[in-house]
Amino acid sequence: MSTEVGISLMVNGERVSRRVEARRHLIDFLRLDLGLMGSHAGCEHGVCGACTVRVNGLIVRGCLVLAASLDGDTVETIEGVSDTGEIRDLQDAFVAGNACQCGYCTPGMLLTAAELLRESAEAGSAPSREVIREHLSGNYCRCTGYHAIVDAVETVAKARSASPGADKS
Amino acid sequence: MKAGSFRYERAFTLAEVFRLRGDAGADAQLLAGGQSLLASLAFRLSEPSLIIDISRVPELKGISVLPSGHLRVGALTTHRELAAHPDVSRHAPLLAEAVPLIAHAAIRNRGTIGGSLAFADAAAELPACCVALGACIVAVGPNGERTIPAASFFTGLFATALAEDEVIRAVEFPCAEPGDRATIVELTRRSGDYAMAGLAAWAQHVDGRLQTPRLVYFGVGTGPVVAGEAARALGPAPWTLHKVAEAQALLDRDLDPPADQHGGPEMKRHLARVLLARAVAQLGAQPGVRAA
Repeated sequence: MSTEVGISLMVNGERVSRRVEARRHLIDFLRLDLGLMGSHAGCEHGVCGACTVRVNGLIVRGCLVLAASLDGDTVETIEGVSDTGEIRDLQDAFVAGNACQCGYCTPGMLLTAAELLRESAEAGSAPSREVIREHLSGNYCRCTGYHAIVDAVETVAKARSASPGADKS
Repeated sequence: MKAGSFRYERAFTLAEVFRLRGDAGADAQLLAGGQSLLASLAFRLSEPSLIIDISRVPELKGISVLPSGHLRVGALTTHRELAAHPDVSRHAPLLAEAVPLIAHAAIRNRGTIGGSLAFADAAAELPACCVALGACIVAVGPNGERTIPAASFFTGLFATALAEDEVIRAVEFPCAEPGDRATIVELTRRSGDYAMAGLAAWAQHVDGRLQTPRLVYFGVGTGPVVAGEAARALGPAPWTLHKVAEAQALLDRDLDPPADQHGGPEMKRHLARVLLARAVAQLGAQPGVRAA
């Protein structure tokens, strides 16, 4: 019997229909089948967070999700989130604060931080450095430049809570 | 780090799960949130010929309060949903307290309570919480449903009382009574790691004081480990330093921790004693106040 599965899903706002190997995880699907190279494969067993993308609005480990299981679902990658401008302030803060460094962990860091910032805004508060560190603790930066990353997220958290709604471009 | 080849089938009803599984036999694996399964596929620790995706089976979803006074949590409830659901916070607050200790946000968004219990990692938080709260696991198979007390559900390392053709349908927790207290503490090398040692503790509020404490360790055995002797030594509150010390000493009888990558049995015993003091302090503290 076939090990391929037909799926149809939304990726960054576009309908995508493909046949995929059942064993293919979401990151290989995005990178190898769709050519979306912004999501990075790191450890491929759910530890490093480099492959963080959104499924149905929530961040997931792309390496811990089978593409085959996503029929009818909605996937957003760093490409899509960059295009919408949703996190432009966060991306600008990463550049300004030299938080990108080698760049390998950056897409995962950005999407993970974006979820914290969104949830904090919904709760009407700006996350403390401690909360930021805890939330990003599942995303590894092997340049180990965590301070710059936490600085950037904190800067945006403060800016957004000072002017709610101003983050959207 | 690529999974081996397998077929994939999506089930939309329990009946389909049973049929697909019946056809495939023991070689099929169920996929719920996949947060442990996908890693074991990548390592090829697990090499099934068929993955049955049960994540869209409606019978396995939902959270409700039953007339019997139980909180019923569907097997597909994610850790994220567990932390956010008002009925969980109200009737089984220990679960909401445990969630932030489980892995990281991206994993909590997808991992499920049923998956955690069926996988039965010895260092996982939710199995110990289920035992501490006196929960029951509702298992369902082609021949119907049965209820298994959490205390007898975990039978060994990655082993449960589920029959080969059964699936976890839901978990039922006795709703917390006013005054009952529960807490969970653990020690990890890094935030989000599996615990080196952890403790889920519960005590019932009877006649104006906390009584019959239950102490359930994780990460120190082959599954959740009930520290019965230590709990009996604690007895009803107030828990004086003397009583805590007595209970800590009795942990030597309750626990027989195997060595693991974190350290040997003596280190685990030490951590267990530390955790006992912390958990008891938190149980005895005023509601909403965390002991240092």
